[in-house]
Amino acid sequence: MTEVLRIESLHKRYSHDSSEVHALKGVNIVVKQGEFVSLMGPSGSGKSTLLNVLGCLDRPTEGSYHLGGEDVSRMGDDQLSSIRSRYLGFIFQQYNLLPQYTVVENIEIPLIYQGIRLDSESRARCVGLAELVGLGHRLDHRPMQLSGGQQQRVAIARSLVNRPQLILADEPTGNLDTKTSHEIMTLLSKLNMSGKTIVMVTHENDIAKWSKRIVRMRDGVIESDEANTPDPIDESGPGLPMHLLEEAA
Amino acid sequence: MALVSGLACLAVFLATTDKGRRGLELALRSLWLHKLRSFLSMLGIIIGTSAVIILMAFGEGSERDVLEDIKRLGTTNIIIRSVKPPDDSNTNRRQMVATYGLTYSDLEVLATIPSITRLVPMRVFPQETRRSDRSHNSRVVATVPQYAEVNDLTLVQGRFLVPDDDERMNNVCVLGQETAKSLFLFEEPLGSSVKLGEFVYVVVGILAERMPTGGTGGSQAAEDFNQDIYIPMQTARGRFGERIQIRSAGSRSAEKVDMHQITVTVEDIDKVRPTGQIIRSILGDTDRHPRQDWALTVPLDRLELVERTKANIRQSLGIYASISLLVGGIGIMNVMLATVTERTREVGIRRALGAKRSDITFQFLIETMVQTGIGGLLGVAFGVAYVFTHAALRTLPMAAMLFQDGSPSPILHVPSITWSLSTAVGVGVIFGIYPALRAAYMDPIEALRHV
Repeated sequence: MTEVLRIESLHKRYSHDSSEVHALKGVNIVVKQGEFVSLMGPSGSGKSTLLNVLGCLDRPTEGSYHLGGEDVSRMGDDQLSSIRSRYLGFIFQQYNLLPQYTVVENIEIPLIYQGIRLDSESRARCVGLAELVGLGHRLDHRPMQLSGGQQQRVAIARSLVNRPQLILADEPTGNLDTKTSHEIMTLLSKLNMSGKTIVMVTHENDIAKWSKRIVRMRDGVIESDEANTPDPIDESGPGLPMHLLEEAA
Repeated sequence: MALVSGLACLAVFLATTDKGRRGLELALRSLWLHKLRSFLSMLGIIIGTSAVIILMAFGEGSERDVLEDIKRLGTTNIIIRSVKPPDDSNTNRRQMVATYGLTYSDLEVLATIPSITRLVPMRVFPQETRRSDRSHNSRVVATVPQYAEVNDLTLVQGRFLVPDDDERMNNVCVLGQETAKSLFLFEEPLGSSVKLGEFVYVVVGILAERMPTGGTGGSQAAEDFNQDIYIPMQTARGRFGERIQIRSAGSRSAEKVDMHQITVTVEDIDKVRPTGQIIRSILGDTDRHPRQDWALTVPLDRLELVERTKANIRQSLGIYASISLLVGGIGIMNVMLATVTERTREVGIRRALGAKRSDITFQFLIETMVQTGIGGLLGVAFGVAYVFTHAALRTLPMAAMLFQDGSPSPILHVPSITWSLSTAVGVGVIFGIYPALRAAYMDPIEALRHV
């Protein structure tokens, strides 16, 4: 399996006024293609900081970060932007859809910043992704008209539109009830089974159980890193045909 | 001009490229989301641009008024008039006959200036004109045939004076419209005779009704040409002699004036002022005219005055427009800063999804420019609409307080549209750049956390 990302002795320090916060103190981690990693840890453990670095939203103070073979730890802002648009898909706890856009338009946004011309072909792909996450009948709805679970599914469709090598999910079920969380996790698991690499931050053990590898952090270092065998998922889950997933990925 | 062409390029870019179109669409959409807010923030720009359009139109209108006045006097003309000097107090000589003004010798000297193509002398004196038992107090104008060309006379009947009349000292006359009307009630004037002084003159032509000219400050009084009666110069010299008795209100005065006015026509508009200088230096010679008994009017000088006035208008307009656009720009900047703060999260999302700083800058800058551009367009539309409805608005009863009679009516000044519009968009760029950069340089992590 090829490596998707490799992090070596990563340090991150923030200076707030006079005091300095040492958020990451030498993190080493390698994620290979097809993995489904849960990042766990109490608040202040550095998991969010690590996710920001992984998401190329933040740069490490020390150490190296290779994403898809490229060293992104010393890249400039514009290069990082283009890395984000080409390699990464984001799923947030707050869904983070743009309220003024419809479902399809929200899914299209990453394409805009990839410099892809929006035409009937790209539109068809976005519609296909909306159908994939079971929102084919809500294409022209605005986020406000959708439930939390539906919004998160739009966000998942959006994270897939640029065929990312790595999907980063930040507490994707944090704002959802158990049943909807279950649906979202089924969707993510199926995506993983179709070959997508996923790194997910969560603090719930129930959610982490869906992943294949659980990394626990504490005080800016990795405390434990163990494999996990998720429960087999229900193949007949709602509106998520496997063959479509494989096509999309 | 650079501004205008730059904006033209921008407009083409926005309309043709994918990115430009999307930016434009995005901007329109977010402005539409807050219609009232957008409109209010545009208000300053709208008022500024429409004021520029309207004031420029009034400037154009008054310029045309003056230009028409000048055209009536002739742009290539120079008018020299005899002026009665104040009585010399240092000489004891009591003059029975007031002798002053331009002389035949002046005329001969002026005729030697090469740039002069035409010299039209005239001698003017009041004289009673009689026709059987009717009389009319008319103004006798003794002149030469070219007078008709200089003053653009049109005849309703007959002909004007011809060179032959002058050479032979013919007793012929051409009547002004009013004179003809009051002397000939039921008869055909042409070919009839009128009595002027001791001699009888044959009417050879009748002039059309002519607009009186306004006075030209000091050297030239307002004239009503309709009371005139024109006779050949040499005839007047022969029949009336050198001196003229003027009877007025019981007193009598006599004056000896060779000619009251010489209208000089110069071959080219560029030579008007130099020729004026030459004439001034010739007449200014103290041997020729020991006293300042002449005055020179160059209608073209009024043009200069208009140009100066126009420059003044432009300047105050520029100040006015920059103040209102500055205020408008600050208003827009204020709203944009609020918008950027309000949309911090959106900026974070877009950044996470791959937007570069330049994409964010572009997005907000386009939004501001679209806003000021629309404001400018609305302002232009309002201004142009006003210019075209001004005539109708003036008839409203309230308008009487605002507009004086005879105030110039506005004429659309087309360049003012392009430059007020481009200034409006330029204001958008200037005042939009800071909010846009502020959005672009937000920390994406912080922005995503923003509620």
